[in-house]
Amino acid sequence: MTAVIDDKQSLRAWLLTDAPASRNQARLGRWYSNWLALRRNPLAMAGVAIVVGLLLVAALGPSLVGGSPYTQILTARLEPPSAEHWFGTDQLGRDIFVRVVYGSRITLMLILLVSIIVLPVGLLVGTVAGYFGGLLDILLMRITDLFLALPRLVLALAIASALGPNIQNVIIAIAITSWPPYARLARAETLTIRKSDFVMAARMQGASDLHIIWSHIVPLCMPSIVVRLTLDMAGIVLIAAGLGFLGMGAQPPTPEWGAMVSGGRDFILDQFWVATLPGAAIFVVSLGFNLLGDGMRDVFDPKAAGPKA
Amino acid sequence: MPDVSVLTSLSAPGVGQSRLAAGLRHATRLIGSLILTFLGLTVITFCLARVLPIDPVLAIVGDRAPMDVYNAMHKKLGLDLPLYQQYWNYLVQLCHGDFGVSNFTNQPVIDDLIHRFPATFELATLAILIGVVFGVPMGVIAAANQGRWSDHVMRVVGLIGYSMPVFWLGFVGLYIFYSKLGWVAGPGRIESYYEDIVEPVTGLMLIDSLIAGEKDIFWNALSHIILPASILGYLSLAYIARMTRSFMLSQLSQEYILTAQVKGLSRTRVIWRHALGNIMVPLITVIALSYGYLLEGAVLTETVFSWTGIGRYLQDSLRHNDMNAVLGTTILIGAMYVTLNLLSDLFYYILDPRSR
Repeated sequence: MTAVIDDKQSLRAWLLTDAPASRNQARLGRWYSNWLALRRNPLAMAGVAIVVGLLLVAALGPSLVGGSPYTQILTARLEPPSAEHWFGTDQLGRDIFVRVVYGSRITLMLILLVSIIVLPVGLLVGTVAGYFGGLLDILLMRITDLFLALPRLVLALAIASALGPNIQNVIIAIAITSWPPYARLARAETLTIRKSDFVMAARMQGASDLHIIWSHIVPLCMPSIVVRLTLDMAGIVLIAAGLGFLGMGAQPPTPEWGAMVSGGRDFILDQFWVATLPGAAIFVVSLGFNLLGDGMRDVFDPKAAGPKA
Repeated sequence: MPDVSVLTSLSAPGVGQSRLAAGLRHATRLIGSLILTFLGLTVITFCLARVLPIDPVLAIVGDRAPMDVYNAMHKKLGLDLPLYQQYWNYLVQLCHGDFGVSNFTNQPVIDDLIHRFPATFELATLAILIGVVFGVPMGVIAAANQGRWSDHVMRVVGLIGYSMPVFWLGFVGLYIFYSKLGWVAGPGRIESYYEDIVEPVTGLMLIDSLIAGEKDIFWNALSHIILPASILGYLSLAYIARMTRSFMLSQLSQEYILTAQVKGLSRTRVIWRHALGNIMVPLITVIALSYGYLLEGAVLTETVFSWTGIGRYLQDSLRHNDMNAVLGTTILIGAMYVTLNLLSDLFYYILDPRSR
């Protein structure tokens, strides 16, 4: 027993030491102290709980609930929530709870794929523009500003409807409208870094521009970009749900949350659960990312911090 | 450069002129970037119209048309021209207000948009009023009580506002306030038996009914608009309250606040008169920006409330795969959004001497 506590104590001391012996120790120590700061914020921890919950539901949920999101029982249409059907059934007698659980995979996949596209594009445009400057900078930032200046949802709607409504095109549409803030952020960070001594030193050692951007500038841009991405994930969830609601996203019978809300709109006054319970899932997930992002911003960027929690 | 400013500051008229010149330069730069953004927007819509999987020629002549008819139509539509020339023709058309004809209303898109715009304007304007009336005091109170429970409550209220899917909030609102409590009227702008009674002067139901002196219609219209406007207003409230709070915090930490209090002014007066007065300029730009967001939010809200504005029009045209109408609405909303951005920038420049 005491040995375990001692281990914990020494691990803690090793993580929080003022004189890390290796780069990895310093890195882990920084992660750990950020985590400690985040843990002091109850709202951020609620966000962590929701996001972890989403991951668990998406990973394990479908095998736990059994049943299929597509099974129609036409004799059990529009049944209210009960012990058998936790969220009730929809107009085709499908179990709404099962569909919401399966829908978490679609939401998660959407967030991940949009992030995977948006991060490298934003980083590339921003670091290249900031590092090289001049005409290239002006050109790239003009394009960035153009997309920043346009309304996001409407543009995504137009793109998705031109490409044809399906989930791949939703991802493309959201990615096209989401990268500019990251490019701006990466450029701003690059501008403060590119004149620093260690970049000069690397250049004098003969490092290529590409090498400097990739191994010196990109890692320093990452923290602010990741915080921004976490805050933005709520926005991605909401836009995707909005597109689905307007019929531009996943097509029926796919259990996408926004499309499920839209499917329940005709029954809202008498069978409220068909539209409102899938919508509640959208709300909870988006709230989770907002809480987490807000807390992370307090930790990483004390200047913009909110009330001390 | 410093010498020049010294020279001009010696003579008062010179100062006025250089300030005017700086103002003009600033305005020119803003208008230049506005035009560039407009051009960019049309490039995007032009490209979107090209990537359509539907062949525009086949859509007109039908797929059994002989080759020569097809070719003639191809030429007539200008599809044989080089791309830049096609884009130029497209731009000229847009400048003449020609957005094409909508497939599902059989009307020119521009007429449809003009016809439906007042409904959206009415909804968004009432929403922003609600957002300002509640959001600004909330932000001020949160800042004045930083770290205390009222600050936390405001923060959570704001975060919930950011996280709500607006269409879902619309359904929940309809279910509670219309279906269960019966406090407000249901979807639509007005009861069907009141339709087409008042003369449309402004197109705004609330104002038209007052002009016509029809009190019943006014109250009916108000009971229809209040729920969607409140829901839309909540979205802007979250943003306005948050920005107000952070502007106020930066004011309250300054020394003039302390000075004013030391001189014996009450804290209430210092907060609501001195500090709030000083953040008015950035606040106005925030309000202008959130008005732009509301136009977007209107697309979803109007769909839920069967509100016959441009948002509902966009949704209908999406459902009918009517690209002329979709792209026309995109251009209109995009143009208003960009113009609001520009106006807020201009406001800032005119009202705040420090930004010059």
